[in-house]
Amino acid sequence: MKIGVVTFPGSLDDRDAQRAVRLAGGEPVALWHGDDDLKGVDAVVLPGGFSYGDYLRCGAIAKFAPVMTTIIARAQQGLPVLGICNGFQILCESHLLPGALTRNDHLHFVCRDQRLRMERVDTVWTNAYAEGEEIVIPLKNGEGGYVADDATLDRLEGDGLVVARYLEVNPNGSLRDIAGISNPSGTIVGLMPHPEHAVESLTGPSTDGLGFFVSALNRLVNA
Amino acid sequence: MARVIVDVMLKPEILDPQGRAVMGAFARLGVHGVVDVRQGKRFEITLEGEPTDEALADLHRMAEELLSNPVIESYTLRVEA
Repeated sequence: MKIGVVTFPGSLDDRDAQRAVRLAGGEPVALWHGDDDLKGVDAVVLPGGFSYGDYLRCGAIAKFAPVMTTIIARAQQGLPVLGICNGFQILCESHLLPGALTRNDHLHFVCRDQRLRMERVDTVWTNAYAEGEEIVIPLKNGEGGYVADDATLDRLEGDGLVVARYLEVNPNGSLRDIAGISNPSGTIVGLMPHPEHAVESLTGPSTDGLGFFVSALNRLVNA
Repeated sequence: MARVIVDVMLKPEILDPQGRAVMGAFARLGVHGVVDVRQGKRFEITLEGEPTDEALADLHRMAEELLSNPVIESYTLRVEA
């Protein structure tokens, strides 16, 4: 199973995301921002970092990249996409997910091992977890505050589209402690913390992040 | 040549931590009586020719799709006299 990982100018975590795909048992495929060809991948990861220097707004310029034109069209037809951190910002800017990520309410960049509760576990990217399972993975962002209007937040909660919620500490002022959300069909997931940095005990606080990549491979194999 | 100004502001209901920090600085610097500060972005766009309806329609489209994120921001557009 091939999972594409996009590299934008300013992406940081593309190599870690590729490594996580490999450790989960998949074949990572490097995708380039300027190339609209998805090289036959079965799913796509939009990695963390600072695409286009975060100029204008985080993810605002990345959404116009040639590769995103193809990904947006394919994602609307069901191609699984996981956006992590900057990738989550790109998904929101592209209107593939509702809401937006804004400056942390305390204005500081935050970098910590963050406890999360997994709430929606039937998505392409979260089916390896148990509902209510608590995981610890790194979080690192300056603009990770999830915001949306009350009607959107109520819809996300009512339809069960909140994938993960912050526990113990709300690190960035995200409304209703939301760390990650999904589209209704569960193919598109956006997450502010970084599962790709928690796939090996040597370098991560846990291996709790591996489940996101294993989930996608499970689903793709059984599709 | 014409100049078009686009101002982009966070919607009133969206928390603006940067504006709040600026307001905090006002107080520390001895300027009192300020009850709110909101921070936004201003774009000064210079056109090659006249600001035709077509040119302004293009800029409105850019203001909505690129310069602002309508989920959290609103914009105003005006031609500078």
